Order: sequence, then structure tokens, then C-alpha cells
Amino acid sequence: MKIITLPKENLTEFIGYLHAFGEIHAPTKRGDKSVVFAPVSDLSEIELNYTRTILPLKKYFFKPVDVMFNFYADKGYEAPTEEADKKYVIFGVHPCDIHGLKILDLVSNGRYVDTYYFAGRNKAAIIGLDCIPDDLCFCRSIGTDFVDAGFDLFLSDIDNSYLVRVGTSLGDDMVKAADTLFHEVNKEDREAYKRKSIERRKSFRTEIQLQDLPEIIDLEYENEVWHEVGEKCLSCGTCSMVCPTCYCYAVFDELNLDASSGQRKRRWDSCLFKDYALVAGGHNFRAERSSRVKNRFFHKQRGFVTQYGRPSCVGCGRCKAYCPAGIDIVEIVNKLRSQTRV
Amino acid sequence: MSKHENCSDCQNPYTPHPARIIRILPQIPDHQLFQIHIRFEDQGKVFTYRPGQFVMLSVIGVGEAPFSISSSPTHEGIIELCVRRIGHVTDALFRLPPKAMVGIRGPYGNGFPVEKLEGNNLLLVAGGLGMAPLRSLLWYTLDNRSKFKDVILMYGAKNPGDMLFKYELLSLLDRTDVKCLLTIDKKDESAIWKAHVGVVTTLFDFVDIDPNDTYAAVCGPEVMFKFVLDELLKRNFAKDRILMSLERNMHCGVGKCGHCMIGYKYTCLDGPIFTYWDAINLPEMV
Repeated sequence: MKIITLPKENLTEFIGYLHAFGEIHAPTKRGDKSVVFAPVSDLSEIELNYTRTILPLKKYFFKPVDVMFNFYADKGYEAPTEEADKKYVIFGVHPCDIHGLKILDLVSNGRYVDTYYFAGRNKAAIIGLDCIPDDLCFCRSIGTDFVDAGFDLFLSDIDNSYLVRVGTSLGDDMVKAADTLFHEVNKEDREAYKRKSIERRKSFRTEIQLQDLPEIIDLEYENEVWHEVGEKCLSCGTCSMVCPTCYCYAVFDELNLDASSGQRKRRWDSCLFKDYALVAGGHNFRAERSSRVKNRFFHKQRGFVTQYGRPSCVGCGRCKAYCPAGIDIVEIVNKLRSQTRV
Repeated sequence: MSKHENCSDCQNPYTPHPARIIRILPQIPDHQLFQIHIRFEDQGKVFTYRPGQFVMLSVIGVGEAPFSISSSPTHEGIIELCVRRIGHVTDALFRLPPKAMVGIRGPYGNGFPVEKLEGNNLLLVAGGLGMAPLRSLLWYTLDNRSKFKDVILMYGAKNPGDMLFKYELLSLLDRTDVKCLLTIDKKDESAIWKAHVGVVTTLFDFVDIDPNDTYAAVCGPEVMFKFVLDELLKRNFAKDRILMSLERNMHCGVGKCGHCMIGYKYTCLDGPIFTYWDAINLPEMV
């Protein structure tokens, strides 16, 4: 992989060059505590030292509400008019969120390709940025604290500069456009990167033991923990909304006032919502809150592993950070584990 | 970008095909059989499917829902959907004017493994609306009769007035190439009913089945599954020779929206036909 450095004082200028590659979106402050991805025009608006944004990047490609079709009583279904070929550069994406996108790429692909997702995804460049974890981050245990693909450029802080990995041909074009701002990697940079890497590794405080977890979840399928968590859970679906890998959606038709045309739309859904498994006629396959909570964990840590060979969790910590009932996936896993240990 | 397998002319798997309701055959109260013709831009293209597969049907302006195909692929040109008026989509479907246009996507799901079933006896056990997907398999086997050994149908309804495809099934009673056993839960005094009375499992007394070269296909209300499974297991059916057609909430039909997930299987992609062995391994399945 092509690796170069960008002195920190050159970042402002580099951001300037990025405008040519699309509308720049980056982490920005929202209120005192929160950070969100939003459009920015220059570096001053960007929050470089953030831990996590409220919503992950899925909001760009798998939108909270998406128009699938227009429909007309006489003409039937018609694809919505394509959005102009607007391009995006999303700057400052942490490794966990890049892994989240890779998981969404996986599920949106396959035998049936989700064209809505890829319409946006193919228009966005991703510039990654490394981070220092807080107590909620457990990406290191999941193996998502580092990325080697899924970005166009990736910036790692090495004190006075950023070490820049070039992941794609588009990333290389961005570097070429601002050629004079970058330098070759020297010995000092290499040592600084290695030193930083060790420091970063030491800063992880939360662990989740993934090994054998699918088997343990099978073993503990009837564990009392599920009932306890079900009692705490409010079925609000916040964890699904903020999760970088939750991809469930509900489809609905919306009629215009003329009553002869409208739109088929889809919106984010959550498997914790009461009507999620409800079928016409009133039978609900997961009427109990505890069965819905269990299903969510089961799918992420057990079912997805069988399907795709990895859990659909990137350890970003959002579900715990935003759960109004304080439900903590790490705590649940530890409870399940302790009862299978001697 | 890979193309939608069942629709090589469209890039978007969510696009419904225009389809016309050709005929509506009333069945029992709140149940109708819709004969539907799907229009493809390419005139030569026909809609092909396997017994046990389903389609997503859209009523414009109302929404979309999954329906098992009740017709057999051996009857080309149209598909038949046996629909119970039970939700907002079916309610709108029942209110459509004659010859109305609807949208169809599919076929989806695995369907019955008919190649594997060939050369075996077939035992079809249906309860209530469970006859809808099994009718496709029934006619498929009758239209390819030489490929199968004995074919037995057991179908139970609450009372004669609740029996789907009643006259079609009664006409099978005279045929020698299929053993058609019909039953009703309770005989109501006014009804003329000469066939059996009792729950569907009581029909097992009338058949002698060798589980080693028989596949059972079961579909019906949830409570029926348990009792039928008991009967089959008592008769030493291998767990992977028991096939069940399952129902779940579905919004996409193509393994994306998540609603039909059972454990780690999508009912829409990996099902709706599951073996009893699958069910044992998938929590909450039956």
C-alpha cells in the first residue's frame, strides 16, 4: 500500500483541495457533548478529536427514509428521478465505522443487490482517521480497531504529521491533486507510527471475549439474563438506529392528496419494535420483549457469524452510549460467559 | 453489479412487474383465488417458479405483502394466489375492480425440493389456509405423476364451509393415482358431509406409510404443526424428510429487511420451506 505523510499544518489546505472531489462531510460539534457527520467547508468546523458520532455513516447510504418508487394509479410503478450525480467526501471516519460500512456492503450485495444503497455508496469517498478509544469502545476485541481496506485515504496521527495510507485510485487522485502537501515517509515517521500504535493499543480498557461466543449463546439460549434484559429494555429501538450494522427496514406506501399517486418508501426499522414480527391476522412471532432483545443479540453475535463468518458488531459502543435503559452488550456477554465458566 | 436472478431485464430487485387479475374465484367467506397474469416487456418471457415459492404482491397505493403461489408451474401462463382477507393489503385486494392491475415481484424463496422428492411417496398434510402452498405441490406431482410413488393428501378444515378448493379436492376422491383424505373438525348438523370427521391427525389411521421412501410436506396453523410432527416422528420419519412451509412478516422478500429472520435464516431466502431438522436448529421456528 502506498503510504505517505501529511504535516498537520497542511491539513487545512488539503481540505480545500477536497472540494473538487465532492461535498465534504465531517464530524462536527452538535451542542456541548455530541458530534455528528455534517457538511463542512473548512477545517475549523471539523472536530478532529471525537470519539463517536451519534449516527454512523449508514445515514448517507441507507437513509432513515428512502423513496423506492413513485406510483400512479394509471401508470403503475416508476423509479424516482435520479439525484444529480452529486459526489461526497466523508472525512474523519473511524475504523469501526469503516468496518460498519463493509458489513452493510456485504448484506446489501449478494443474490439480490440493494440498488438504493449502492447508488449513494458508489458516490462517496471515505477518508479515515484513527482515534483514541473511551471506556465504551470494544473494537479491539472485535478486530475492528484497524482497517486495511474500505477507505480511499486513511490518516493516522503521528504527532506532527498524519501517516496517510492510500487505499484506492481515487485516494491517489486526491493526493496527486495536492501533491506538494505530502512527503515521503522517513525513519522518524515510521518509529512514531509504531510508538503511537503501542500507545493506542494500551488505551483500550473494555474487552469482550468473542471466542466461542456463538456456541455460548446457543448454550445459554434459555438463560435468565434474557428475561432480565427484557425487563429493562424499553423497545425504543435507539440501539438499532445508532448501530452501524443494523440494516432492517420497513416498507410502506404513502398516498398523495390526489389519491391517485404516491410513493413507496422504506424507513429504518428495529427488531425491538413490538410489531416487528407481527403478521396479518394478529399473530406475533416475538410478542415478548425478552424474545426480541434475545433475537437482536442472537442475530448479531450468533446468526450473522453463521451467515457471514463474523459478528455484525463493530464494537463502536453506540448501543450502550445511547440506550436510555443503560443496557450494555459487554455486560450481557460477560454474564452469559461467567455462567459457562467453572 | 450482479443482476436480479429472476428478472434479468431489471436492475432493481424491488421493482414490481405489472400484472393483471384475470379472474377471481370465490372460495369460502373472506377467501378468494386470484388468477393473475404477469406482463413482461419481453413477450416471450414466462414466469417460472417452483411449488412452494411465493410472490410479493403490491396493491398500488396500499402496500405489498407476500403470498404463496397456489397454482402449479405445470399450468403456464397464469399464477393463482389463494388469499385470506386479513390485513390492509388483502383488504384492498378484495376491493379492487375486476381486471385490475397489481404489481408482482418474485418468485422468491426456495420452494419444495421437487427433484429430491422424485421417486418417493409424498404425504401432504394441510390444515386451513395451509392448503394454499401445498396445492401447488399437489398439482405438480399429479401432472408429473410417473415421477412419484404414492401420493397422499390429508387436509383438515374446521367445517365443510371452511374447506378451500373443496370441489376440486372432492373430485380427487375418485382418482386412483392419489389418496385424498379430507376431514372436518366438527360436523355441523345441516351440512352434508360424507367424508371423515376429526382433526387432521386422525387421518393417519387410514394410511400405511413407509417412512424410508416418503417425504412429508406440512403446512397449516401453528398448533397443527406440533401434532402432525408428533405423528410423523412416531412413524419414524427422518427429520429431514419432513418439510414445512412457514409464514413470517416480510417487507422485501429478498433477504434485506430482516423481518422474516428466524435465528440465522431468512424465511424469504432460505425458506419458506424448512425441514424439521432446520426447525430443531433454529430457535423459535415452530
